[in-house]
Amino acid sequence: MAALGSPARTLRGLLRELRYMNAATGRSYRDTAAYRYLVKAFRAHRVTSEKLCRAQHELHFQAATYLCLLRSVRKHVALHQEFHGKGERSVEESAGLVGLKLPQQPGGKGWEP
Amino acid sequence: MWRRCLCLRDRWRRLLNQPSGGPTAIVRTGANIPSLSRAYAPPAERKRFYQNVSITQGEGGFEINLDHRKLKTPQAKLFTVPSEALAIAVATEWDCQQDTIKFYTMHLTTLCNTSLDNPTQRNKDQLIRAAVKFLDTDTIWYGVEIGSSTSIMGPNIPDRTREVLVSHLASYSMWALQGIEFVVSQLKSMVLTLGLIDLRLTVEQAVLLSRLEEEYQIQKWGNVEWAHDYELQELRARTAAGALFVHLCSESTTIRHKLLQD
Repeated sequence: MAALGSPARTLRGLLRELRYMNAATGRSYRDTAAYRYLVKAFRAHRVTSEKLCRAQHELHFQAATYLCLLRSVRKHVALHQEFHGKGERSVEESAGLVGLKLPQQPGGKGWEP
Repeated sequence: MWRRCLCLRDRWRRLLNQPSGGPTAIVRTGANIPSLSRAYAPPAERKRFYQNVSITQGEGGFEINLDHRKLKTPQAKLFTVPSEALAIAVATEWDCQQDTIKFYTMHLTTLCNTSLDNPTQRNKDQLIRAAVKFLDTDTIWYGVEIGSSTSIMGPNIPDRTREVLVSHLASYSMWALQGIEFVVSQLKSMVLTLGLIDLRLTVEQAVLLSRLEEEYQIQKWGNVEWAHDYELQELRARTAAGALFVHLCSESTTIRHKLLQD
């Protein structure tokens, strides 16, 4: 029932996720340990003589799971930044919402040190 | 009277575990002096303090190095994992943090820390029992003698099924069981977790089945991105991390090279 698709597709998705992750840092994504490991693993386990190889399916499943993990973490962080990342409004902004403005007090409030 | 004051002061000092002596008291190195922060304040955000993340192999397994320092668990144990793929995945998690470290996105690291520290001190039986408890409230019927029920109390799980399940779960290692229990508590279903471990369901399918009711309501009433999608992605992330953790902790890789024979 597991609709995994082709291994090439999973590998492409994984490399894309790695690229997004390393886009912000200066380094290229090809230097990361994850890239080297993934490419080596996909190459090594590509060919097997058995027709219905459960181990190959297992490895592909693990790769697909990791891809899902990377993708969903990225989307989760993006959603968090967009909707929940703003924090509280400052006092000036809150006053501005209802059309009020805080008074200018160049000397500071009386009770502050 | 001043003697009594001195006596009280010494007793107070002993309660606070401070050395008696004036301002020239010895500074204890490495002691945990409780700070005066609020009890419910969230932990201060840590900035990314390292440049490079790398992996080395030690005696117990694979270790993560942040620059030159070795990564440690919250209880200050050395962070070792048995599998290289897991170590690389954890290193990637640490590597993709920018500016501030968002611990809530580092699911694999959290799972490894829980397995290494075991802060709630649970043994295998307690973990298995906690996971099997979800069988009673499982809303997905898999057709293996679980039975279905239309009342609110849920089906009566025959003891035979429970025994089989318990003995099956007991065959996993402690680390794998932590992962299984984590996935079960995320998906709220034992059947779905077993399907995921057995490679029958992908993570997306399992999460979809777990949220069946919500998906139906979304199709009927519409999707709210900042709530539905947010929860969906978070659930997917946690479930994927748990499933990957279980697989990587309970596998062993052997490569046999066969020569082509003409």
